[in-house]
Amino acid sequence: MGSIVNVILQRLGLGILVLFAVSLIIFLGVELLPGDLCQAIQGQAATESTVAACRRDLGLDQAAPVRYIHWLGNIAQGDFGTSLANGRKISELISVRLGNTFFLAAVAAVIAVPLSLALGILAALYRNSWFDRSINILTLSSISFPEFFVAYILILIFSVKLAWFPSLADVSPDTPFFERLHKVFLPALTLTLVVMAHMMRMTRAAIINLMASPYIEMAKFKGLSRAHIIMHHALPNAWAPIVNVVALNLAYLIVGVVIVEVVFVYPGLGQLIVDSVQKRDIPVVQACSIIFAATYVLLNLTADILSIATNPRLLHPR
Amino acid sequence: MDNETQANKSSVLLEIRALRIDGMRDDRWHEIVKGIDLTLHRGEVLGLIGESGAGKSTLGIAAMGYVKPGCRFSGGSIHFDGIDMLAASEAKKQALRGVRIAYVAQSAAASFNPAHRLIDQFAETPIQHQQCNKAEAYADAKDLYGKLQMPDPEQIGFRYPHQVSGGQLQRAMTAMAMSCRPDLIIFDEPTTALDVTTQIEVLMTMKDIVEKFNTAAIYITHDLAVVAQMADRIMVLRHGELVEEAPTCTMLSAPQQDYTKSLWAVRSFTKTRLAENTDEQAIISVKNVTAGYGMLDILHEINFDLHRGQTVSVVGESGSGKSTTARVITGLLPPRIGEVLFQGQALPKDYRQRSKDQLRQVQMIYQMADTAINPRQRIRDIIGRPLAFYLGMNPKQCEARTRELLDMIELKPDQFIDRFPSELSGGQKQRVCIARALAAEPSCIICDEVTSALDQLVAEGILRLLDRLQRELNLAYMFITHDLATVKAISDEVVVMLKGRIVEQGSKDTIFSPPHHEYTEKLLSSVPQMDPDWMRNLVAQRSPQH
Amino acid sequence: MKLDSPTNLSTHTAVIRPSKLNLALRELWKAPLSAKLGIIIVLAYVFVALFAPWLTPYGESEIVGGPFELWSEKYLLGTDNLGRDMFTRLLYGARNTIGIALITTLLAFFIGGITGILAAILGGWADQIMSRVVDVLMAIPSLIFSLLLLTIFGTSIPVLIVIIAVLDSTRVFRLARAVSLNVVVMDYVEAARLRGEGLAWITLREVLPNIMPPLVAEFGLRFCFVFLTIAALSFLGLGIQPPTADWGSMVRDNATLISYGDVTPLLPAGAIALLTVGVNFIVDWFLQKTSGLKDGQ
Repeated sequence: MGSIVNVILQRLGLGILVLFAVSLIIFLGVELLPGDLCQAIQGQAATESTVAACRRDLGLDQAAPVRYIHWLGNIAQGDFGTSLANGRKISELISVRLGNTFFLAAVAAVIAVPLSLALGILAALYRNSWFDRSINILTLSSISFPEFFVAYILILIFSVKLAWFPSLADVSPDTPFFERLHKVFLPALTLTLVVMAHMMRMTRAAIINLMASPYIEMAKFKGLSRAHIIMHHALPNAWAPIVNVVALNLAYLIVGVVIVEVVFVYPGLGQLIVDSVQKRDIPVVQACSIIFAATYVLLNLTADILSIATNPRLLHPR
Repeated sequence: MDNETQANKSSVLLEIRALRIDGMRDDRWHEIVKGIDLTLHRGEVLGLIGESGAGKSTLGIAAMGYVKPGCRFSGGSIHFDGIDMLAASEAKKQALRGVRIAYVAQSAAASFNPAHRLIDQFAETPIQHQQCNKAEAYADAKDLYGKLQMPDPEQIGFRYPHQVSGGQLQRAMTAMAMSCRPDLIIFDEPTTALDVTTQIEVLMTMKDIVEKFNTAAIYITHDLAVVAQMADRIMVLRHGELVEEAPTCTMLSAPQQDYTKSLWAVRSFTKTRLAENTDEQAIISVKNVTAGYGMLDILHEINFDLHRGQTVSVVGESGSGKSTTARVITGLLPPRIGEVLFQGQALPKDYRQRSKDQLRQVQMIYQMADTAINPRQRIRDIIGRPLAFYLGMNPKQCEARTRELLDMIELKPDQFIDRFPSELSGGQKQRVCIARALAAEPSCIICDEVTSALDQLVAEGILRLLDRLQRELNLAYMFITHDLATVKAISDEVVVMLKGRIVEQGSKDTIFSPPHHEYTEKLLSSVPQMDPDWMRNLVAQRSPQH
Repeated sequence: MKLDSPTNLSTHTAVIRPSKLNLALRELWKAPLSAKLGIIIVLAYVFVALFAPWLTPYGESEIVGGPFELWSEKYLLGTDNLGRDMFTRLLYGARNTIGIALITTLLAFFIGGITGILAAILGGWADQIMSRVVDVLMAIPSLIFSLLLLTIFGTSIPVLIVIIAVLDSTRVFRLARAVSLNVVVMDYVEAARLRGEGLAWITLREVLPNIMPPLVAEFGLRFCFVFLTIAALSFLGLGIQPPTADWGSMVRDNATLISYGDVTPLLPAGAIALLTVGVNFIVDWFLQKTSGLKDGQ
């Protein structure tokens, strides 16, 4: 067991290193700004004295490494600084919205993951059947659709024509759970549709790859039943690829959230980042980027560790 | 059960009539088995022999009523113990597979599921086919592991596939095939991936167990000498057709067909002229080389010389360091200690520091001609590049010289000069590799297993060509091989390597005549001979020592 | 058993070698329906993009009527929020959106392809450094990363192209490096090194020709991805800026119509979807052809 613990610890260490690197990039990105943050904020109206005052306020008169460490230390304590646009604390702006975004992503994931795994596996097992072929064409088309296209079609059908679900997902912290669910239904469905196609295709490919292994052929030559082959020979080796597919798509989901939130005017992190980009509210964009990137890195790390933990060669070292 | 099968020895177990199988290639069906008849009696071992593409594996698997994806049955019949395998339902065939017909594959490492213990993979067949319960299956597995002379038969089954060696895995797979005491086992090149010394041990136990349980077997291989040990009867296949069929002794002593005779004749090639041992300076001297990767040394204190017009064979099994030696000479792996001299001058250790002329002098020919020439370049570019690069020839001179070189390697220039490698056969590709090496006008060529990926007839052609070129151009060859037949055929000097060290070196006659070094002895005696009794004799010879 | 691969067939055809065009046409003829459909779609888009000025009744950003006029003979697809002709802008949108996506993808391939191959050939430290940098860049979701960079550098078409190309080149790098690694271990590359060939020869003559099929397929996929990213950014108001006609911002500008049950804003979105579907169909077919996936089971 020693080696597997080692490998996992290594990955964890690497993950933390990547997180640091990501924070450094996001920090340095702003340093690349022509002039500096204060000139960017004040634009044409900048005078030498106002810029200097601003620099003092934001601590820009200190050296970059000092500011980085300071910034990172604050983030670790949950302090992301203050918004340039409205002077509010960013952590306050974010906290509710972060919850909303995770809620939306979770609803989409709960529908998408089991459904696409099941359909992907079925398509792989009944390869080249009409079912598989139509799934192929369908998913190939739907990965080609921009998120907003899917979103507006759903709005047109379910909101405008049928009036089953609202086209605005304007939840607030005191919206009761079921009403909330009702309101996020269309955005969640949009995300589900977009993510499912990818997930199904990847699942299908992973399973087909697995079923082509010589040991599966050997199992057939041993006269084992199809169910036994799938349950005992394919499944134990399928975890790693499946976990990877799920993690990759959850990560993809997080990005998809941005567009969907804008379409449905859903008060989440995605909408916040888009608004802030338009206002060039750099500290908020930085904060949101850090959160999105961290989630992304952690998801991939989880997948990595899970697939290591199910690898028989590492579970049973020589 | 034994008595019963004994009584039925003469009865027919498997009968294949006019079998045709198609394979899909380039969106069209091509016949790969063209109307073959095959009859196998109970307890009989039938050898199927042929070169790659002969259809022998396809035929073997077909006995189970199975074709690989992308293939189909297109005619004929297969009857196993009276059951029509082509008409039988999938369920019926499933009930036969593993129980009455078992299969042993070439690559044991890939054919065992990495997620389960060996013994569980053994037990699942009898359990699923309701032959016995788990405890009985385990007991039987241990018994068979013992019969197959696996070390620690009580415990070895509880290991995972990646925890045991290739030879052990191959035995474990044979045991697995035996789990339901089938009437027929299909061995599909089971020892091809193994070293000679391991191969012989696995072969012995396989033969032994098949005899013990009086199981009929189809033994598929491309190696004549191997099949001679295993089979009662041999069928020679070529391009999906039967060439000849006879009992093993008859087949070996009196082959009828020209093709079969030519297969036998391969082993008769020997070098026409031995180089007179010149006392001139060596072209290449490897001096006291110790080398490896990182902190790990793979080669230890290697010393040998290579003279003009002379062939030095470096022999050893996989992992002996023979290819690493070549990497040191070419400069791909700079040695940690020691040096390589070219005509008495030390070569820079790293090839990147060597001059164009130093690089030109030592050329290399590889085992896999497929991967040694760029599939996206035409023959004229492949051979022409060294001409332009080293000798600074203009396009016109290049073309003229390329044509000469093609003539030299016996390929018609007009026909071949504009082809891509994919339009050549394996042997032709190897010839192009030779021409590319010659284009550089080297004094020494390193041949790394150049014949081992080729069918025997083709390999012989390559050996003859190399021999002729050596005489004409006075080239020095360093011949890396694991195949002692090749060594006998082509060498002047032999270097025997084991685990990164030279265990014995000297002229061919000294090495091949006793007394041998202990390891050389083992290596020599493990090479299967064309004598059906060879293995039995060897077993008798070796057993008192063990 | 190894099927005797394409060797035999091609030895026969080698004698009378049909022209490349002929072979390509024959392959096309055998292509599945979806691939043919994809080719027709892509050709149609290319045609529209090239000849937009001749096919449109009005100028790209010419205001020709009131806002949100209905479909009529005068305004084939009505007018947009500013009273510009939708049909005209839809056709010009093809030109702008596809053109920018294509330039971006080419740039991404140029950067990612060359660095990827070099990383594989050089190995060692050079490879380690390049790969780790790419790992870190890829650890940030690309849409988020481009939002961050657009905030910093502002939104203009050249900035947009460079940012997306650089971010996307990380994916190209990964693929180019991975497929090159398979080629770099080939003996013919070793032979070229031992011959004393330089880096340029090995990159361009030995490796590149052998990794073309996966790169070409990836080009199709990457193009779709870039195309969708740019459309998404434009939709968010952060991509191609007005008055340039572009499909993403056309959806955004006219989205209000949807709540009245009008499908007009879906047309540019549909135009995006259709092109990506077409490209994906072609890539899917190409991948199946080149990977030699012979279906069985």
